[in-house]
Formats: sequence, C-alpha cells, structure tokens
Amino acid sequence: MVNPRNAYGEALIRLGKKYKNLVVLDADLSKSTKTAMFAKEYPERFFEMGIAEANMISTAAGLASCGKIPFVSTFAVFATGRVYDQIRMDVAYSEANVKIFATHGGISVGKDGASHQMIEDLGLMRVLPNMIVMAPSDATQTGRIVELMAASKGPMYARVGRANAPLIYEKKDLQDIKIGKGMVVKNGSDVSIIACGTMVEPALEAQKTLKKDGISARVIDMHTIKPLDEKLVIKCAKETNAIITAEEHSIIGGLGAAVAELIAENNLSTKFVRMGIKDVFCESGDPTELLEKYELNEKHIVKNAKKLLN
Amino acid sequence: MKDYDDKAIHELDLTAVKIRKHVIEMLFRAESGHPGGSLSAVDALVALYFNHMNYNPKKPCDPERDRFILSKGHAAPALYAVLAESGFFDVKKLKKIREINCMLQGHPACLYTPGVEASTGSLGHGLSFANGVALAGRLDKKDYNVYVMMGDGETGEGQIWEAAAVAAHYRLDNITAMIDRNFLQIDGNTEDVLRLESVRDRWSSFGWYVIEINGHDIREILRALRDADAHQKQPSMIILHTIKGKGVSFMENNVDFHGVPPNEMEYKLAMEELDLAQKKLEVAV
Repeated sequence: MVNPRNAYGEALIRLGKKYKNLVVLDADLSKSTKTAMFAKEYPERFFEMGIAEANMISTAAGLASCGKIPFVSTFAVFATGRVYDQIRMDVAYSEANVKIFATHGGISVGKDGASHQMIEDLGLMRVLPNMIVMAPSDATQTGRIVELMAASKGPMYARVGRANAPLIYEKKDLQDIKIGKGMVVKNGSDVSIIACGTMVEPALEAQKTLKKDGISARVIDMHTIKPLDEKLVIKCAKETNAIITAEEHSIIGGLGAAVAELIAENNLSTKFVRMGIKDVFCESGDPTELLEKYELNEKHIVKNAKKLLN
Repeated sequence: MKDYDDKAIHELDLTAVKIRKHVIEMLFRAESGHPGGSLSAVDALVALYFNHMNYNPKKPCDPERDRFILSKGHAAPALYAVLAESGFFDVKKLKKIREINCMLQGHPACLYTPGVEASTGSLGHGLSFANGVALAGRLDKKDYNVYVMMGDGETGEGQIWEAAAVAAHYRLDNITAMIDRNFLQIDGNTEDVLRLESVRDRWSSFGWYVIEINGHDIREILRALRDADAHQKQPSMIILHTIKGKGVSFMENNVDFHGVPPNEMEYKLAMEELDLAQKKLEVAV
C-alpha cells in the first residue's frame, strides 16, 4: 500500500529540480497534501498562502502570467467548490498555466464527513472550457500524471484520495501514458468497466471475481475524464455487451456522465450503468463501511455486471 | 527629486479629456457599459500609462514591464482607451467595443487584448493576481512594479482582504494598489450599502502604507505613485478620492450612470461638455 499523496510530494521534488520555474502554493494543508516535502527542498519556491484559497488560486494565475508553473494544492472541496469563480476567470478563461492538484477527493476521506468528502469536483471542473480533468488511480500513476502536468501547458485539475492504496502499476507500465488516453488494464469481451481514480483497483478485483464466474470483463483506467478518450469508449461499447462506469464521485457530472453523453450522442446501443454517489451527501464513517453502504466497491461492481449481462 | 513641470501636467490633463471622450463615444456606440466608474478612473490611468509606468506597447509581454491590473473590470472602456492611445492597438478598434468578433470584450480579457494583463469583471480578483506577479518578480529579482485599481464597493469582496493580508505578510513592496473612492456603487452610497469607512484605517491595520489624495489631480497622483514606489517593506495603497462620472456634469455623483450608457441626447451633451473642456485647456497653453 502506497499513498498517492506521497507520490505527489516526491514528484514535486523531482520536477522542482528539472523546472526552475516550478512553484508550489498551499493553504495551510501542506503536511496533508505533501507539498511540505517540496517546501523543505525548495523553500524559496514554496508559498504558504494561509487559509485563503480564493486568493491562492488568483495568485497562482499571476505567477503563471510571469512564466512560472504553479502547482496549487489543498483538499478537493476547497480546491474547486470554494474557488470556482477564481478558477473560472483567472485560470480557465485566461488559459493560465496553473496546475491544481487536490487531495482528499471522494467519500473514502471517511470520518471527517460530508463537509470534507468532495463528490462534485470532477463535474465542476469538467464544465469549464479549457480545463483538463484527471484522477490518477495509484501512486505510480500519480507520479507520472504530475510529470505530465508540469510538462504540458494549460489549466489542469487532478485529484487523488486521502487513503493508502495498492499499487497497480510499475513505472515501466506507464512509459507511454498520455493525458486524454485511457488505459486498457485488462482485456475482456463481455463487459467493460470504465473506472477512474480510487475505483480502478476495485474494478480489477471485480474482474478477477467475474472471471471465476465465467464473465470476461475489460477494465479501463480512464485517468483523464476530460478530454475523454472517446475512441476507446466507443470501442468498448461496440466490442462488449455492457458498460459500467465507476468513480468516487457523484453520478452527475463526472466520468459516468461523460460516458453517458458520448454513448447517447453516438447511437450506441449498449447496456449501461453509472456507479458513483447517487445524488446524495454521504456521512462520517469508516471508509470501507462507507463504500459498502453507498455501493461503491468490488462487490457492487460484480453485482452490477451480472445484473447488466442477465 | 524633480517635481513634475506644469507643461507635462497640462499635457496629461489634455490626454485625460481625450480619454473621457473616447469613453463616452464607446459607451454610446456599444449601447451598454459603465460610464460612472470608467470616468472616475481616467486620471489615475492617464498618470500611470502616459507618465509613470515602464512599458513598451510593441512588446506587451516584455518580462521587465510594469504591470497594471484593472480589478474593477467594468471600467474597461477607460482602460481600452488608454491602451489604444498608448500604442497597444489601433485607436479605431475602440468603436467596436462589445461587438461580436471584436478584440474588446465587455470586461477585460487577457487572451483578447494586448496590454490587458488579467481577465477581470468578476470583482475581487485583481489584487490576488497582483500578489502572484509581485512574488514572481521578487523570485526573479526583477525591478518591475505592479499596479492594481479596485473600486471602493469592490472591497466588499472577501477575497480582497485575503489578498491584503498576503501582500502585507510577504511585504510585497512592489505592489501599489489604488481604490477609486467615489462613494457610489450600484445600490447607492457605499456607506449605506455596506459601510467601508474608515478605508484608511482598514488598510493600515492590515499592514499597508496608505496615501490619500485627490484622484483627479494628476500631479498629486504622480507624486503618490512615486512615494509608493519608494516605500519599502510594505505594499502601498493610494486612496483616490474621486467623483463618479467625473467630467460630465450630469453623470457626476449620479448613481444612475453606474451601468447605463448615455442616450443620443446625453451623448451629444456629454461630448459638448468635454469638447469645451478640451478647448479651455488648449487655450490655457
């Protein structure tokens, strides 16, 4: 088990060496977001902005206007909903080279409760023109995604969860990873499970279980929610009999919604279900218990797959 | 240091009238926009762009340039007129403001217009943006200054106070902010809508160096800018005491002209008044 947040902190240190114009901003959460690792290494390029997120986003845009590559971090709730207008005007509309990297996305934040469980961020960011939206699935991929964010121009948002997570990839698996290009992690012919972020690992577990029951599941790691890898989704719709999307996010506005829109507009007749938070605020609790109660784990992926194929 | 000579100030006063004429012309043609807050901001903009700031309109992205950020984005007509007259783009473009397929958007948009540093119009962002520019300047050991203009009503936005705290915390003495203190916002007098006084005490208690002047006296504005630039270890705030609608008698202190353009009769009257003001100044040479 490795924490993707640590992978973020480590990537920042590597990239800080490579890009002298990379700067990092945080809003009093640098120990949690792991930007503190960068701050220790490059104190002159780390800006503690205090509990003042709106200012932090616009300040990052100002830094970007002078050729800096600002990485801005805080929890996903504060990195998007709280500062939507600042991102809209100063980052997206201005096409500023600002990289928003949020941690504590989704309900597996756990005991802090709904105030801290961000389930709308992918949707909020996805509706913004010019914005690229990503949710890496493990620590290795997080490191690679952060590298890609630094190397490519323009507004970007990426989010990871709070918890430790099993490693899915080794470095060599991700040599060719590209923003906007989904990864076929397991091939299969009966059902496609298109997942992002923390749901990729349970999707892979579900694939194993389904296999035992004679069902061949394809697992897609859709680390980029926008721009969506449309070709891959269409391919899945044509080659398998059903599509399941899985995300630690509301079923409205995120990955499932993006896939649904695409399927509808391309007249693809496939069985389809969106797995995610069903338009409710969740609650405090142990992450595993929460994911069970809100039907967002391996068991429920298996259940949905069987239901769809019946 | 040498003070500004009368001839230079006189020239700037004339330029200010010219800019005000552009503003009225633009608003009349666009049949929309914000006369009051554009006119009150003109003299400070003229002082900045026609005397004080260091920039090259042919190189709008020059890393060494001083930056100006119009946080009160609704005063866009005044900014556009000043940018055009400074050589950032053709003055003829001004009359297309707010039209489709035009480089001049209703509110400043940095991807559309050379010389526009930040996209504004949603209030309260400009000072934060300036913080970023100032931090970058310090990191890169550059000498440029960052100037920001906010509306007085705009300072109701909480983000401004986040930015004020951060600028003071980081001792960003390369920032000079200005407040266009005309005492009027859409719903009325600022003190009735949401009390702002004491503006001076608020900013100085946040750790800012505060200067208070007549925002229509260009010599005073230039002296204040020089004073602010020289001041160290603190960001500077220049409170510009202004008159909303300044330069057109029936728009002055008239809140009805916050966001309503002149009709044809008002347009003619306004232009007559400004023509007269221009002639008076020309005679005075």
